[in-house]
Amino acid sequence: MRLFDLFFSPHRHSAAIAKERLKIVLAHERAGRHAPDFLPKLQKELIEVVARYVEIREDMIRVNLGKSGETSLLEINIELEGTKPRNAAAQPGLAGA
Amino acid sequence: MAKVVVITSGKGGVGKTTSAAAFAAGLALRGHKTVVIDFDVGLRNLDLIMGCERRVVFDFINVINGDANLNQALIKDKRNDNLFIFPTSQTRDKDALRREGVDRVLEELKTQFDYIICDSPAGIEHGAITALYFADSAIIVTNPEVSSVRDSDRIIGILASRSRRAERNEPPVELHLLLTRYDPARVSKGEMLTVEDVKEILSIPLLGVIPESESVLRASNTGTPVAFDNDSLAGRAYLDAVARFLGEQREMRFVKPERRNFLRVLFGKA
Repeated sequence: MRLFDLFFSPHRHSAAIAKERLKIVLAHERAGRHAPDFLPKLQKELIEVVARYVEIREDMIRVNLGKSGETSLLEINIELEGTKPRNAAAQPGLAGA
Repeated sequence: MAKVVVITSGKGGVGKTTSAAAFAAGLALRGHKTVVIDFDVGLRNLDLIMGCERRVVFDFINVINGDANLNQALIKDKRNDNLFIFPTSQTRDKDALRREGVDRVLEELKTQFDYIICDSPAGIEHGAITALYFADSAIIVTNPEVSSVRDSDRIIGILASRSRRAERNEPPVELHLLLTRYDPARVSKGEMLTVEDVKEILSIPLLGVIPESESVLRASNTGTPVAFDNDSLAGRAYLDAVARFLGEQREMRFVKPERRNFLRVLFGKA
């Protein structure tokens, strides 16, 4: 077993880990590179609007700008599962939280 | 037609200035009239690497501001008649690099030189953007290490969107990957990204691989571009890269671990 560890220690594969991590982070960054500047603001305002009606957290809305052939595609995903309808009078300060 | 080549990387300390000096020296050795310009305003270092630090009188900013003319500022290399160094200012800040001024100076250089090598500062701020803005060709200096590869990817994106060629919808800046500080022994142990890994991730053509080498420090100690050192593996790797840049086919050398030579081990030579 010791001999096995010597030849196949975790350090042996650190370059493979580096490659995997780079691929993931760069895929994410390249996708964001051509995103227009307004996307974060759009996401924030959408949260504010939706939060008027249902209780929602920031991570429940995802805004993505993708491409389908020649057409740009603005994709908005709002996760509503488990959210409660908001009582209009209650907690007005939560919007945008 | 003169060609403007930027040596860039995003990340600092990966070997931009070493590569700019070696590449310019290599082009000069091949008979091309070449000037290498230091764009790192405020942190002048190319003069030291080229070994002409005591000959600097006027600099890039002086010429941009019209305080000196080009021929007063250009320093002729003492080892090769085709090679000239254009040092930068140590006292001004980066904002002194006005784009119109740089454009005018580059246009004047184009009438005198075959190749204009621009040694970019690190980062993605004004100095670095100005250095890459006018480029026809870019050499992306990258170490086989995660932060360097990521920053190179970022610089490639900036070249594609913010260079003058991009702004004018001209053919894009020609991209070349130069992998430096490569250690084949560590690669073979799985401790370092391979050439293929980096090529695959950045997906730009590979110009050369420069092995980690003691001769690079020796060259900077003495102010000699490493391409002038015939005994140096790194120097030979740079000359190969220059040949590929000029359109020649050269096999990639120094990417496999060197076999330990019994005599070398015996006499303690690395």
